[in-house]
Amino acid sequence: MKEEELPQVSTATNPDGDARLPTPAHDASSVIRRAPQTPPDKPEGFHVVGKAMAKTDSFTRVTGQDKFADDIFLPNMLYGKMVRSTVPHAVLKRVDASAARALPGVVAVATGADILVRYGILPSSPDEMVMALDKVRYVGDPIACVVADDELTAEEAAELVDVEYEALPAIGTIDQALRDDLPQIHENPRRTNNIHKEAHLEFGDVEAGFAQADRIFEDEYFFEGNTHAPIEQHAVVAQYGGDGKLTIWCSTQTPHYLHRIACAVLGMPGSQVRIIAPPVGGGFGGKTEPFAHELAAAYLARKTGRPVKIALNRQEVFYAHRGRHPVRFKLKTGVKNDGTITAIHLQSWLDGGAYGSYGVATTYYTGALTTVTYKVPAYKFDGCRVFTNKPPCGPKRGHGTTQPRFALENQLDKIADALGLDAAEYRKQIAVDPYTSTVNGLRVTSCGLRECIDAACERTQYKTKRAAMRRGKGIGIAASAYLCGAGLPIYWNDMPQSGAMVKVDRGGGVTVFAGTSDCGQGSTHMLAAIVAETLGIDVMDVSVCFGDTDLTPVDLGSYSSRVTFMAGNAAREAAGKARALIAQAAAAKLGSAQERIGFAGRRVYDLDEPSHALTFIAAVQLAEAQFGTLATVGSYWAPKLAAGYKGSGVGPSPAYSYSVAVAEVDVDLETGAIQVEKITLAHDVGRCINADSVEGQIEGGVYMGLGEALMEEWPFRAGEHKIPNLLDYKTLTSLDAPPIEAIIIETDDREGPFGAKEAGQGPLNPVIPAIANAVADAIKARIHSTPITAEKILKALDASSGSTLRLKKMPASQPPPPVPA
Amino acid sequence: MTVAPPKVLTTLDVNGAPVQVAFHPNKTLLEVLREDLGLTGTKHGCEMGHCGACCVLVDEQPVLSCLALAIEMTGHKIRTVEGLATNGHLHPIQQAFAECGAAQCGYCTPGFLMTGAALVEQHGGLSETEIREAIAGNLCRCTGYTKIIEAIQLAATRMERAASSGYSK
Repeated sequence: MKEEELPQVSTATNPDGDARLPTPAHDASSVIRRAPQTPPDKPEGFHVVGKAMAKTDSFTRVTGQDKFADDIFLPNMLYGKMVRSTVPHAVLKRVDASAARALPGVVAVATGADILVRYGILPSSPDEMVMALDKVRYVGDPIACVVADDELTAEEAAELVDVEYEALPAIGTIDQALRDDLPQIHENPRRTNNIHKEAHLEFGDVEAGFAQADRIFEDEYFFEGNTHAPIEQHAVVAQYGGDGKLTIWCSTQTPHYLHRIACAVLGMPGSQVRIIAPPVGGGFGGKTEPFAHELAAAYLARKTGRPVKIALNRQEVFYAHRGRHPVRFKLKTGVKNDGTITAIHLQSWLDGGAYGSYGVATTYYTGALTTVTYKVPAYKFDGCRVFTNKPPCGPKRGHGTTQPRFALENQLDKIADALGLDAAEYRKQIAVDPYTSTVNGLRVTSCGLRECIDAACERTQYKTKRAAMRRGKGIGIAASAYLCGAGLPIYWNDMPQSGAMVKVDRGGGVTVFAGTSDCGQGSTHMLAAIVAETLGIDVMDVSVCFGDTDLTPVDLGSYSSRVTFMAGNAAREAAGKARALIAQAAAAKLGSAQERIGFAGRRVYDLDEPSHALTFIAAVQLAEAQFGTLATVGSYWAPKLAAGYKGSGVGPSPAYSYSVAVAEVDVDLETGAIQVEKITLAHDVGRCINADSVEGQIEGGVYMGLGEALMEEWPFRAGEHKIPNLLDYKTLTSLDAPPIEAIIIETDDREGPFGAKEAGQGPLNPVIPAIANAVADAIKARIHSTPITAEKILKALDASSGSTLRLKKMPASQPPPPVPA
Repeated sequence: MTVAPPKVLTTLDVNGAPVQVAFHPNKTLLEVLREDLGLTGTKHGCEMGHCGACCVLVDEQPVLSCLALAIEMTGHKIRTVEGLATNGHLHPIQQAFAECGAAQCGYCTPGFLMTGAALVEQHGGLSETEIREAIAGNLCRCTGYTKIIEAIQLAATRMERAASSGYSK
């Protein structure tokens, strides 16, 4: 064929159609819809929101094309290795890096003396150093950082850094931390012990509440610590450019907070530091604050002028931690004979590990959400976080609310049993009502708790099974609530918590810019879906530029289940403004009223006469001709909800999600082995943006809860983590994971984007007590601590039968014959 | 000079083509794939053989690339996640993972895809138990495995249907 014979492509006008196929979407069977499908501000009805579809970024995830932080390799890059404390508590006498510096291939070594700044994620507890200066506080505490031409050399050099310690007694437990005769991990002249934070709050007349009670229940519980264990180990690459600007690619859920703290620690203005958060390979709260290795890499990149990469190994990830606090509880609840709660007094002691982290907030969170699920007229909370010589604890999925939920729901079942009430009906009876407020001043908006209880019970035939199970088999229920974003930012300010920018291209593509971090929770798809729904285009027409402090408006980060609610609302506002411009131009062209312009199927049309239409591209071009470049912004400020008392900043949220889990278990009464047969979880998500993603979050939350309920532990011996690896730190494999049934309840929150709330964290919380309650149903005895192991089940069986029958059944053992000399 | 032993030059067979590569002979297959060949689709989660994120196929069998020395791979056929799609078409296992939402953060995904690809390419009529057993060495912290198992089932069904209608992979 000759060139002249080839068809000519005209670029004078844009083709109306688009070769790309819309993403196939389908209706999910797991959704129970109560929300209207054609709300006033969505006259076209929903075409994207609420459907089940593949996430827009799924297709690049399955090809290995997406670059995670450790997938970034820059020319001339150095590899860094942290030197970490080998002792739990000591005065640092000497750090001698001369042998390390002398090793061929080593380019630089930094120690604590190089960065004399203390920082911390919360402005109230800046107690960390990038590298220790005069004291180490846990095995794994960073002391120095070596950078070399290759990783092997960096590792070898790290071994050569000579550290002299003067050992101090190590504080390993909450009890030790409360003692007055042991050294302080952080010097605090106002105390004689290792208490980090105390919180004492009282609401309503607690004394009168207990006086009015017919029955008072008092129990103690212990929630074991555990860790996030994302499959991606933390990684950072830092580059100091010839222009004096520093760029940090980091596996972080909070690029904005890293930006602030990196600037503060390095003494650089925000304009000269750029944080890029590539896709994060699992976070679960474990990547929500700046880590020492990230700041060390940035410092050494600036010092050497060469890019520096530091990728933690798995052992170091266990040391970086910031995982679930071990918490001990005392819980006292007064009830009337019909079960009505008259007062609750909750006391919590948190084992915080060696540094503050988010611990002040965690302390309050162990008490804050007690009142959001059930009606509590009087409430007293005493919280106390202590320092111990262990890796610092922080936020993990459910941040601080997971532990008390185990205690509360466990005791609630006990109360139901004692009063002869059905555990599910009892929960419905005392459930909070929508659009009310709690005794501690929290505003409840949409609430599908009762619907969740009904759906989960109906799907599992809870009542039939509860009545008819043989001993050893059990079914249990538990409920919970969670935030849709912390009402307040970490540092107090009046600026929006989320911003978004939408740019509409004359080719029909739309880009949304948001400072979010996608850790697998689906924020990228969520933003694309909200913009696509607003503009009536396909999700694949939307590109999402996220997590880049140079390019994207601030979003505070992927924590407290805030992104859908806050960044989603910001994106919706930005897209709504673009829609208005396009609608105005289209209305003029079509001769229709602007408010009667609809957007769907890549068409802009008259709602009253749908054939009267323009393609989306044509409408965009009209709007661009009329208004200039189409770029709009949106912002989200949470309503001011804090009640004003000290500590009232923790707990308020623009909405709460509700979850109910029903667990079915089979316990072997001889061995104590527990088999979870099925978990059914109903979750009030407000409205699902993508039903597939919500299902996925529910299944993932259930899975993570199962691990915490059954096996995950955080054990130490002489100050050392006993199992800092993925073989000994037990998580569920595909052979352990039971079938999980997700039920999505839509309640249409008035303030959520299209009515949406959250799904990332809430579904974890009820799983653990549901299993505890199912086990109690199976063995007629209660386990008061996690994880619920075979050993504890046997002990509980023994205790409830008043004997140590099983131990007596063990054959008498003979000592082995002496080994011959 | 560094403490790393001098590089060796060798030829590896990666994703159907011979590739010459110079690397430090102490390096694992995982490291050579990622660092010397730029094939960063293969991930690492522990480098101790515990998590399965680094799984690749060696002569069509799943192998943990963090426990295999690259220098020992000469003469073997290595297949990574980058080699699954052909001519711009996703492998059925990739298509199914994307459609089912089996990749949340996507970090463990390449390991699951390779284990899953070996499974669905070599076995028909897979039961859920067989799938659960085959992927028991791959850890995922996001999904609870539910959608991963669904995706492998879907891929297996599609491949069987395609095979019975005369299509070969």
